Amino acid sequence: MSLSPVEGVALAEIESDGGMGEPAAKGVVGRSPGQLAWLRLRRDRTAVVSGVLLVFFMVLGLSAPLIEVVYGVGPREQFQNLLDGFGMPLGYAGGVTGDHWFGLEPGLGRDIFIRLIYGLRTSLFIAFAAALITATIGIGLGALAGYLGGWLDAVINWITDLTLAMPFLIIALALTPTITLRFYGERGQVSSAFGVGVLIAVFAIFGWTSTARLVRGQVIALREREFVEAAKASGAGLGHIIFRQLLPNIWAPILVSFSLAVPQFITSEAALSFIGVGLSDETPSFGRMIYDSLDFLQTDPAYVFFPGITIFALVFAFNLFGDALRDALDPKSSR
Amino acid sequence: MTDEPLLRVRGLTKHFPVRQGLRATGLVRAVDGLDFDVRPGETLGLVGESGCGKTTTGRMLVRLLEPTSGSIEFAGRDITHAGRRELRPLRQELQIIFQDPYASLNPRHTVGRIVAMPLQVNGINPPGGIKARVQELLELVGLNPEHYNRYPHEFSGGQRQRIGIARALALRPKLIVADEPVSALDVSIQAQVVNLLRDLQRELGLAFVFIAHDLAVVRHFCQRVAVMYLGRIVEIGDRADIYERPQHPYTRALLSAIPDVTQLGPAGRIRLTGDVPTPLDPPSGCRFRTRCWKAQDVCATEEPALVARDGGNQATACHFPEPARAALQAEAAVVGAEPAGRGVEANVEEVSS
Repeated sequence: MSLSPVEGVALAEIESDGGMGEPAAKGVVGRSPGQLAWLRLRRDRTAVVSGVLLVFFMVLGLSAPLIEVVYGVGPREQFQNLLDGFGMPLGYAGGVTGDHWFGLEPGLGRDIFIRLIYGLRTSLFIAFAAALITATIGIGLGALAGYLGGWLDAVINWITDLTLAMPFLIIALALTPTITLRFYGERGQVSSAFGVGVLIAVFAIFGWTSTARLVRGQVIALREREFVEAAKASGAGLGHIIFRQLLPNIWAPILVSFSLAVPQFITSEAALSFIGVGLSDETPSFGRMIYDSLDFLQTDPAYVFFPGITIFALVFAFNLFGDALRDALDPKSSR
Repeated sequence: MTDEPLLRVRGLTKHFPVRQGLRATGLVRAVDGLDFDVRPGETLGLVGESGCGKTTTGRMLVRLLEPTSGSIEFAGRDITHAGRRELRPLRQELQIIFQDPYASLNPRHTVGRIVAMPLQVNGINPPGGIKARVQELLELVGLNPEHYNRYPHEFSGGQRQRIGIARALALRPKLIVADEPVSALDVSIQAQVVNLLRDLQRELGLAFVFIAHDLAVVRHFCQRVAVMYLGRIVEIGDRADIYERPQHPYTRALLSAIPDVTQLGPAGRIRLTGDVPTPLDPPSGCRFRTRCWKAQDVCATEEPALVARDGGNQATACHFPEPARAALQAEAAVVGAEPAGRGVEANVEEVSS
């Protein structure tokens, strides 16, 4: 079935809305439900502040190579000359200077600021890619299960239950090293792209269930509505009914779940890197940095502080924005 | 009765299985063997109380529900079990108007998109473009064509129903199934919408299957009327016959329930006792016998056939029908005898005036 292009369009809409907070409908006279939601969102101060912060983070992550040029320090450059004999950075607060804004890593002497910028890019990329893939799978399976019902619904529900029953952490712990070993062998140098890919795949396998359940429930609620029957009575096919009639009515909850899934994937990535099954040391990432910094919690607290505060701000902004989005899309839900 | 019927329904039946867990424990006989014809340009009213299977019938006619048995022939072709591809050309000639104007329009689509949907789904590109055709349709149903880009939530109930009518007309159908198109509307708006439907019916020569429980609206709109009770047609005939010379006791009771504001007191009101029996286990013989004041032993054993008496167009399923042109005329709460003219330009009085 040629569902994929349409699906792409639907997802592009979700991405542009969830990510950048752009107006939902463009160039139409009269106010669509999407435009009304956009107006409410713009009036909400929390949404504006967290949205601006998110855009700032995203711009920062996307322009990482540019910042590297301006900043003049690369993420893998080591400044051993700025460390003392024990490998601790010289100076105050972990070696904060005009050249190294957030100081240096103890041991290797890499610049923390530029590694944070690159880590931001890695984390955002993994989180968005995983959220997009899970949303695609979830919308597809959920819409089919909800609309067609019958044995297909039973099978998809069964798979969902099975996936939910699998312990995520244990399987991730078992799976990631095995896959890496299978592809690179004992001694091979693991490329950073491969590690990122494995992480996204693990998230995709486990993350789609909530979206599928959400979409299935919404589709079941809508499929008996008369506008769907009107489309059917006009001879509309499955693709038209799902993508043109049903999905436009449920993108609001999908959008909210998407915007709340992204921070969840950011923290999951950090957690996986933290327990050592995520990315290699080569790839800058939040989890990896926090994991490395824990050894220096007492001797160099600034090393823990900067990645910690950044990941906190990022996830907090995402969650606030997701909540504000829910309020804007469904003003009756909260108050 | 000379010309070929546009829609011919024979023995149409819909049973819904009732499940408890996995076991099927019973059958709801929602519609149990309907026979009727609709000729081109004719309006057939389908009346009856709630739960008698009117809506199920309507949905089967446009194939939103699969009939359990029986046959539906449209324009000489059997469409009872036709697949989606076979139905496609027929969909264009057979459309439905829904009851609830708030549920029948997609809230996320503009009016233009809603009305254009049938055209796009069927890949039709009318001369002058889809937009021009949609605006023409909006004008036809009495809406401002400039409201093309508005959303349904910006319209009132009556306007929304007009949008639904425009959508049904988009494919230039020959037959429209109207499933209680006005019962969700205000009384003043009802008259406007019914008059719109009647004007459209005359201008475009449409045939209608008009499902309603409001007898006044049906009388205003329909040339022929079929009265349903518990999944069956108990009486079918021309409007004048049904309203002035009802032969079936149920029809009489139904007509006597029309409130007449000009008369005080229970003027000839027939009160039916008891409730409609469950369609899970309908009574044997005549289905109406449990509430019928004329019921006798034969009614419990023998199911009355829907047969025409004294050579007219009026068919009644009753063992003891009212004698034709009986002295009921005085008590039937209707005024003004009309010629039993079918024809497109039937002489009707205005409900709205």
